[in-house]
Amino acid sequence: MKKITIRPEIIGIFLIVLVVGTGYSKVCAEQQEQVIKMTAKKFEYSPKEITLKKGVPVVLEITALDRLHGFFCPDLQIHADLLQGKVTRIRVVPVKTGVFAFHCDIVCGDGHEDMVGTITVKE
Amino acid sequence: MNEMDRRDFLKLAGMGGVVFFSGLGTLVDAIGKSAAADDFFFVQLSDTHWGFEGAQLNPDAKGTLQKAVAAVNSLTNQPDFIVFTGDLTHTTDDPQERRKRLREFKDIISQLKVKNIRLIPGEHDASLDNGAAYKEFFGETHYTFNHKGVHFITIDNVSDPRGSVGEAQLVWLGDTLKKIDKNAQIVVLTHRPLFDLYPQWDWATRDGDKVVTLLMPFKHVTVFYGHIHQEHNHFTGHIPHHAAKSSIYPLPAPGSVAKRAPIPWDPTAPYKGLGFREIDTRPKQNDCVLTEYPVTKV
Repeated sequence: MKKITIRPEIIGIFLIVLVVGTGYSKVCAEQQEQVIKMTAKKFEYSPKEITLKKGVPVVLEITALDRLHGFFCPDLQIHADLLQGKVTRIRVVPVKTGVFAFHCDIVCGDGHEDMVGTITVKE
Repeated sequence: MNEMDRRDFLKLAGMGGVVFFSGLGTLVDAIGKSAAADDFFFVQLSDTHWGFEGAQLNPDAKGTLQKAVAAVNSLTNQPDFIVFTGDLTHTTDDPQERRKRLREFKDIISQLKVKNIRLIPGEHDASLDNGAAYKEFFGETHYTFNHKGVHFITIDNVSDPRGSVGEAQLVWLGDTLKKIDKNAQIVVLTHRPLFDLYPQWDWATRDGDKVVTLLMPFKHVTVFYGHIHQEHNHFTGHIPHHAAKSSIYPLPAPGSVAKRAPIPWDPTAPYKGLGFREIDTRPKQNDCVLTEYPVTKV
């Protein structure tokens, strides 16, 4: 029986291709996900009402325009600090339907308590 | 404390009036209030929000704090000391206005007969400037003091606008607790709840669980806090947490309505839902007795 020998460097190249390829697939998948652009400023989010589909991943891209804000949706376990002038990307895969409130959880001024919104998740 | 005891306690607490409460987590009989030499009591006021304006919520916003001061002064027996658990002033984006409100608040409470007053900030006082203005008037935002064998520890969970205690203060707390006997009676004063009461309304402390973990080895710990403008009682393990009423406007029960909107003023029952409490501390029994009072003269 003919013995097949695989040289170690070929295995290495194969693994590199595999890893890069997997990463590339992931990047492609994320690129295909819906992106929802949002802004946060005293004392409002825009948009402040978002509708998502259960099980369908989306990426929230939130820009804090004027200062540090927070984005906290406890029921969907989404929590992020939004740094001023930066785009904060949050990948969300809703696992349940309903209407879920989110709010700014970093005190930002007189009106902070009105900085709220909702995420509606449908089937 | 078993569930039946806990329900009984909550029922009693919800009725207001006098509640005996053990640091061991057991309810004790309200009859037979002892008067041992080392017993003492203090008064807790909270969320006075000096500077707030809004006739629909409190048409006497410029006079309610003074009424609360008069009510405390009218107590037959004056407390050993008085604590204010934060939100002394209502928030403002203007640093000068913030200082004006803090100054006016300080002037008003100077009318209290009892001069031993302990304060901590709320997020309305301290979150927009990391406590800078508050410190100018009232000093440090977290500290300890002892009174007749009871260890009082104040925790600042508002100077960080994220509502965190923070690593530095956690280290300080850990070092402080190392010096205290595990059987000692400890009273913690703070503004936000140290547990996740209702995070949807920001009624939580981001790293409050770390504070509770540090406190857990101690047998007799009681936490008093504010922030939620209502009487509320909760346990984390054996540690009871008691929220106090506000003296400006009440807020709804956690999660009871869609929005965390203040409860409007009831002209048929002025000052309803506002108040302060007396805390009778009995070191020998390791317990506390809570008595709720209306904000108007007793």
